[in-house]
Amino acid sequence: MEKFRNFCVIAHIDHGKSTLSDRLLEFTKTISERDMQNQALDDMDIERERGITIKSHAIQLYYDHSDGVKYTFNLIDTPGHVDFSYEVSRSIAACEGALLIVDATQGIQAQTISNLYLAIEHDLEIIPVLNKIDMDSAMIEEVTDQVVDLIGCDPSEIILASGKTGEGVQEIMNAIVDRVPAPKGDPKAPLQALIFDSVFNSFRGVIAYFKIINGVLKKGDKVRFVNTGKEYGADEIGILQLDQVKKKVVGCGDVGYIITGIKESKEIKVGDTITTIENPCSEAIQGFEDVKPMVFAGIFPVDNDDFEDLRDSLEKLQLNDASLTFEPESSVALGFGFRCGFLGMLHLEIIQERLDREYNQNVITTVPNVTYFAKSKKKGSEKFIVKTPADLPDPSQLEFVEEPYIEAQIISKPEYVGSIMTLCLDKRGEMTKQTYLTPTRIEMTFILPLAEIVFDFYDRLKSISRGYASFDYTPLDYRQSDLVKSDILLNGDPVDALSALVHRQKAEAFGRKICKKLKELLPRQQFKIAIQASIGAKVVARETISALRKDVTAKCYGGDITRKRKLLEKQKKGKKKMRQIGNVEVPQRAFLEVLKLD
Amino acid sequence: MAGIYIHIPFCKQACHYCNFHFSTSLNHKTALVEALQKEIKLQKNFLLGATIESIYFGGGTPSMLTEMELMDIFSTLHQSFEIGKTAEITFEANPDDLTSAYLQTLVKSPVNRLSIGVQSFFEEDLKWMNRAHDANQAIDCIHEARKAGFENFSVDLIYGSPSTSNGMWEKNLEKIRALKIPHLSSYALTVEEGTALGSWVKKGKMPDVDPAKSLKHFEMLQQFVQKNHYRHYEISNMALEGFEAVHNSNYWKRIPYLGIGPAAHSFDGKNRQWNINNNAKYIQALNEGRLEMEKEALSESDLFNEYIMTGLRCDWGISKAYIAKHFPQFNNTFEKELAAQVQLGALVEKTSSFVLADAAKFIADGVASEFFVVND
Ligand SMILES: Nc1nc2c(ncn2[C@@H]2O[C@H](COP(=O)(O)OP(=O)(O)O)[C@@H](O)[C@H]2O)c(=O)[nH]1
Ligand SMILES: C[S@@+](CC[C@H](N)C(=O)[O-])C[C@H]1O[C@@H](n2cnc3c(N)ncnc32)[C@H](O)[C@@H]1O
Ligand code: SF4
Ligand SMILES: [Mg+2]
Repeated sequence: MEKFRNFCVIAHIDHGKSTLSDRLLEFTKTISERDMQNQALDDMDIERERGITIKSHAIQLYYDHSDGVKYTFNLIDTPGHVDFSYEVSRSIAACEGALLIVDATQGIQAQTISNLYLAIEHDLEIIPVLNKIDMDSAMIEEVTDQVVDLIGCDPSEIILASGKTGEGVQEIMNAIVDRVPAPKGDPKAPLQALIFDSVFNSFRGVIAYFKIINGVLKKGDKVRFVNTGKEYGADEIGILQLDQVKKKVVGCGDVGYIITGIKESKEIKVGDTITTIENPCSEAIQGFEDVKPMVFAGIFPVDNDDFEDLRDSLEKLQLNDASLTFEPESSVALGFGFRCGFLGMLHLEIIQERLDREYNQNVITTVPNVTYFAKSKKKGSEKFIVKTPADLPDPSQLEFVEEPYIEAQIISKPEYVGSIMTLCLDKRGEMTKQTYLTPTRIEMTFILPLAEIVFDFYDRLKSISRGYASFDYTPLDYRQSDLVKSDILLNGDPVDALSALVHRQKAEAFGRKICKKLKELLPRQQFKIAIQASIGAKVVARETISALRKDVTAKCYGGDITRKRKLLEKQKKGKKKMRQIGNVEVPQRAFLEVLKLD
Repeated sequence: MAGIYIHIPFCKQACHYCNFHFSTSLNHKTALVEALQKEIKLQKNFLLGATIESIYFGGGTPSMLTEMELMDIFSTLHQSFEIGKTAEITFEANPDDLTSAYLQTLVKSPVNRLSIGVQSFFEEDLKWMNRAHDANQAIDCIHEARKAGFENFSVDLIYGSPSTSNGMWEKNLEKIRALKIPHLSSYALTVEEGTALGSWVKKGKMPDVDPAKSLKHFEMLQQFVQKNHYRHYEISNMALEGFEAVHNSNYWKRIPYLGIGPAAHSFDGKNRQWNINNNAKYIQALNEGRLEMEKEALSESDLFNEYIMTGLRCDWGISKAYIAKHFPQFNNTFEKELAAQVQLGALVEKTSSFVLADAAKFIADGVASEFFVVND
């Protein structure tokens, strides 16, 4: 037991978690130089392409310490984007320590703080690391002061490191052994293992990742998942190296995987406890709170026949990403699909991309929204939840609508305060606090409607502050707002999938922008297309797309009819990817792109 | 009924817009003409003994053939195929080649129709296009052809070029009228990849063709055709009565044809195949007694799509009866789309078929593809 060290790596996005993790893998020869790819743990294509970590990743390393003992480390790399803090909190639950990485050229950022609080809440031993000290712009003294202020440690406890040169890695290894407590637990007690993640593999079914809190797990054990009450055989167990490595036994305090032949994603719940049937534990480990999605959007198959396939794919994705929620929904414009809940816009984009890449699902994502509460004027009616704009009663029947508010922390440099204020006020925000963390770092707290930060807030914040602003938020409460429903009509047909709830004062401008954007997004067709935005019965904006005038090869093509036919077939396939609404063909991406208003 | 196409892959110089298969080096010319004859013999059963109703020499530039070469090809053709007595035998010729001497050669040969690549009567256009002839030759060759005895001939014109103003296009059409040209093939300038023009447009050195201008010129062409009683029987082809091209029309009626020469396409009613578009490889293969080509077996939906695509471009249109008879499996979707297009005004009903409305001719591809049956 005392030979295990379980720790996670937490940081603000881009501060160098993945790179530093690579160095640890190299240092311990977990990966041979030949197999080393940058960001070795980011094994999803999207992660490599975008250079961000989306999923947590666990891997086991072995370290020969100077005390002559060989230690087993379980390292968990975690995502840094606000959307994915949920993944972070689960990884934290499987660990006793955390490397808190701070980019020495950037200093403490909003996510550094929020992830740190999560770690402290779980009593993890924090090992602060200043990364990127190889860079000329590293501000070692200043950032050291920030870290000391933040966690109240001694400056000597802060390790200076570089993921680029490998400096400090030895020191980090020693600190893990010396400072991270060994997992406490009783190998002789009944098995109690916490499921902290799961993935779906199309050949092997559901694979659950767990950490053993008490007891041991042996291959072939009959096990029970305490919360679901389901029982299985431990067909295959093992530990997580770069690939899964089969074992006969996974010991107390260790992190491993289990395959039980479960095929249905629904059967497994992250946060559940595994025990044995023979000698069950008396209680479940306290699991995770259910994730609360922040943003909702409809996801519809481009082709209505693919509805069941889409359900299947969403179920599999959910297994891999417990923060995704969905329920069936139907739309006049788009037919049958699902209303899905996401952690944020990046999460939404990533789910859409993964559906396409990993599950080959061609989908349309509708305008995202948050959940509201409304009450109708009818006597005796109760406040009810509004998950999609279509659920909102007619304005004449509406007593009130409430929308969710959040508290946002923004950390930046004093010179950007003005433009950040302007942005937040434009987003209907109100500043409640302003604190100088150091003379050059300021933390601002705003109360904002969640709906206003869902779209393009993060990007705009980054661009007005030249990247020197970080942002994190927590849900606050629901408050009444003067919201109206903005509808879009194409050649007179309302398109429910493009409706949105917006603040009355912004409604007209919003309608105008959407019409303009649709004009860019819709291809010309054989006939004129009228695009209108309306609030209630009043049309507030209008654009027209004139009919297509030239679409012909008026060139000699002789006997080469094949080439010409193939060109037209391609054209037709493109059209098939579009959604017919009334007589207007709408490209799949238009439903989401339409909100990228700037 | 069947046709033969013979591709002559040589040109004096490369026109800036052209991506047809040709070489400006004449090194392989003799070997290639020999290879053409080998292919004719090799493929003599391709058309299953059908009588040949049309032969078309296209290019490249057929008028770069010498008298001897042309005679050799004809004698091989006669050995291998039965050529109908009234067969249409078209020969593409570039104006700069149509000297009275060369025309004499053609008159003596079985050639009975010319297709002359005039492109424009304006020096500015011809320069811009990098044509080998000038404005005088553009006119002179027509007079010379008539003098030599060719009454059945066609002229190619290109419109919509950045070098062609509306006024110039008007004057080009006026020339066609004044010269009483019996058949006109008129093409919208198309920017193709792999051409000088294509690369200039891509690099931004040259403006892309302006679709509004192409359309304007096409509309002028439509008015011209109506006023002067040409039959606009295909999007890019118009003829005075009795001068419609047999060979090209047969492509659009899906009548079998054999293509001889590099890059030439053949069709037997169910399969289409095309020779390699490389002179040296073409010659080498035939020297080894084989053909280097690719082949495509047309599925039912391919055949259906081609029927729609070619039919809509022509004034005989597409017919419900034909679909019901040949493609019953697509009948439902066909009728639905037909009704939708009629409703939109893109198609109009003629005696026994549906044809593109005049205003929809310039979106023929879009309308055709609406009907297409495709698998994912
Ligand atoms: N110069 C330098 N660059 C680094 C260092 N660590 C990471 N980077 C770079 O910083 C960027 C973000 O690193 P990454 O590991 O993906 O950060 P993560 O988002 O926290 O996982 C990448 O471009 C890395 O190459 C370092 O120590 N020195
Ligand atoms: C196969 S070419 C060969 C004809 C012959 N070599 C000549 O140029 O006179 C037949 C016709 O296609 C037309 N053409 C070729 N390339 C074109 C392009 N890129 N755009 C429009 N028309 C084109 C020209 O009018 C040309 O006369
Ligand atoms: S247009 Fe005719 S002459 Fe010009 S390059 Fe093409 S084939 Fe040769
Ligand atoms: Mg990363």
